[in-house]
Amino acid sequence: MASVNVIKPKARMSNSNILFLIAAVIFVLMYLFAIISYPGSFMQFQTFFDLFNLNAPLIIMTLGLCIVMIGGGIDISIGSVCGLVTMACAVFLESDKGNIGGAILISLGIGIAFGILQGYLISYLEIQPFIITLSGLFLAQGLLTTLHKDPINVTMPAFVRLRDFDIIITWLGTKNRLGVFIPCEIKPGTIIVVILLVLLASVMKWSRFGRNVYAVGGNSHSANMLGINVKKTIFLTYVISGLTAGLAGFVYIMTTGAGNVGNASGAEMKAIASAIIGGTLLNGGVGNLLGAPIGTLTLLVINELIRAAGVQSNFQAMVSGLLLYFFIVLQSIIMALRDKKGFRLALPSWLRLSNKG
Amino acid sequence: MSTMKKSFSHLVLPLSVMALLIIINLVKGADYFRITMVNGALYGNIPNILFGASELVILSIGMTLVTASSRGQDISIGESATITSAIFVQYVLQASEVTPLTIVVAFLLSCVGGLVLGAFNGTLVSIFKVQPMVASLILFTGGRSIAFMIDGKLSPILANDISNKIGTVIPGIPIQTPIILTVVFIVLIAVVFKTTNLRLYVETVGINPNAARLNGINPKKIIFLTFLIMGFCSAVAGFIAVNKAGRHDSVNLLKLIMMDAILAVAIGGNSLGGGKFSITGSIIGAYTIEMLNRTLLRLEIEPAMIKVFKAIFIIILMVVASPVARAYFTKVLDKVRSSNKRKESIPKDAHIPTTNIAVKKEE
Repeated sequence: MASVNVIKPKARMSNSNILFLIAAVIFVLMYLFAIISYPGSFMQFQTFFDLFNLNAPLIIMTLGLCIVMIGGGIDISIGSVCGLVTMACAVFLESDKGNIGGAILISLGIGIAFGILQGYLISYLEIQPFIITLSGLFLAQGLLTTLHKDPINVTMPAFVRLRDFDIIITWLGTKNRLGVFIPCEIKPGTIIVVILLVLLASVMKWSRFGRNVYAVGGNSHSANMLGINVKKTIFLTYVISGLTAGLAGFVYIMTTGAGNVGNASGAEMKAIASAIIGGTLLNGGVGNLLGAPIGTLTLLVINELIRAAGVQSNFQAMVSGLLLYFFIVLQSIIMALRDKKGFRLALPSWLRLSNKG
Repeated sequence: MSTMKKSFSHLVLPLSVMALLIIINLVKGADYFRITMVNGALYGNIPNILFGASELVILSIGMTLVTASSRGQDISIGESATITSAIFVQYVLQASEVTPLTIVVAFLLSCVGGLVLGAFNGTLVSIFKVQPMVASLILFTGGRSIAFMIDGKLSPILANDISNKIGTVIPGIPIQTPIILTVVFIVLIAVVFKTTNLRLYVETVGINPNAARLNGINPKKIIFLTFLIMGFCSAVAGFIAVNKAGRHDSVNLLKLIMMDAILAVAIGGNSLGGGKFSITGSIIGAYTIEMLNRTLLRLEIEPAMIKVFKAIFIIILMVVASPVARAYFTKVLDKVRSSNKRKESIPKDAHIPTTNIAVKKEE
């Protein structure tokens, strides 16, 4: 997906930042709207934390996907890899030798294996990323059904303790109707999300690798001429994406405690949608990792709002499609307005060139 | 000879895959090509493949055009087909008596639906400059619930005689009707491409929209047009699929077919980054995928493992066809050729191998 964008004069604010800003403003407005319309549920801090608690895997996957998308690729295998990891962990934990450390190693190992395989094929053999990750999706799904077909509920005591482990914030909480104070709870998955977010966002912002990814995604030819190892950079983005998918799988099973064939199915499309809402363009070179959780949360708040409004279940998908339409058009209009300004600035030099010729 | 070689070089990949699959099938059982006559219609492995792949072929034709012009893929084709077929089924069911005219009117209505959906995606892509995959994500998310809304969540059954004939065979004609419809559609598309400049325009827009605009081709119009064609294709595919199934199942009708359609485009030797395209390649690619699916079934692989084998097959295929591997093969081939030539005659044309590489790379 080589982007052939016309080179625009440098504006005050980069596209990544403006798209991130739009996403952030929309999210805040959305949440305010939710609070105003359903003060009973959305005012509680626990509702906000639950968005993280229950959807940590999706946010982690979106983070990895964002890096790949900034690098100009796409990875649609993440959902299936995540599902495969949950099943592999469940099978391993239920076996005699099951232990949590091994499960973490398995999940990271599967993720990295997929990342290395796909990254190598895409970067060094120059195969179209969509096809390779599509076959990765098939591969992961096939391995998942080969491994085990029926749902497994993990009953290992150490794991159950980990699954039920909550971090309780004593100073934050709500009183229920009887006046009993209920403190807020955070799942370990949320902590992982925050750590990973800070880590990956700072890597993308300040490290050499992160800047290389932006350069390669923007224009791989010029990046190559600048002496950036394009193939290695693209390879690493897929490895990171595989790693996050594996980690997401572990967080998933840590949240639900069961391996199932349908785990995280269709998560890749949700992740792509959240990355786009978060301001990452599919063309590459544009995006902000902080937008990943914001995009995911926006999508989730939309779903929660629809559920709270009591919309009939088969209209839910339609309403979320409509809202997606609204976001996409809004983003595009704002970008178009910016482009127009840029075009007026670029016009004189372009005219001069044509006059000479 | 050389022009023929050039115009067919992109078909080498899909055709060789097809040949490989046929060999595998022949090794498994020599009766692969056997065709039997059941109730006055031809049945066998080859007719089954032609029958099973009919929707995929039609959708991959549309996908090729969309990919070539807009440099992206439409992932909502299965959903579009579901919506259009819901319109078709609803019209047929409300009619008191089903005549051929009812079917034709219902089909035309579903085509209008398809064009509207194509226009929806096309507007987003051409005017709002949204990437195609993102634009079609909207319909992908909401499409099936629109179909639910139209068919009333009841998965209605098409129990009339004519639909049955369209889905299977018309008495007196030995070939299944979906195959005939597919052939008619392919001929129609071929005629359109022979009589109009569409191919040139689409390729120009796909290679460089700015250059196309400066040359007087409106890229917005062309991209919009390809999405309209895509909408029409999905309406036809939905029509065939629902008549084949005899029942409108909004949840599972043509589910995840966009993956296969995109794969068909890629196996057909087309770049997913737009530009030059070959519809013949995509058609062969679509049949190859159906053949692969049926081969895996024929080899009696466990149903759980089928996807693994499919994935491994696709990966091997793409590795062999990848630019790096292709450049390597041509290098080896040229070395062999030039050493042979040196043995045979005076090595006067030593520069030919290098030009060959350049030509191959351009392709």
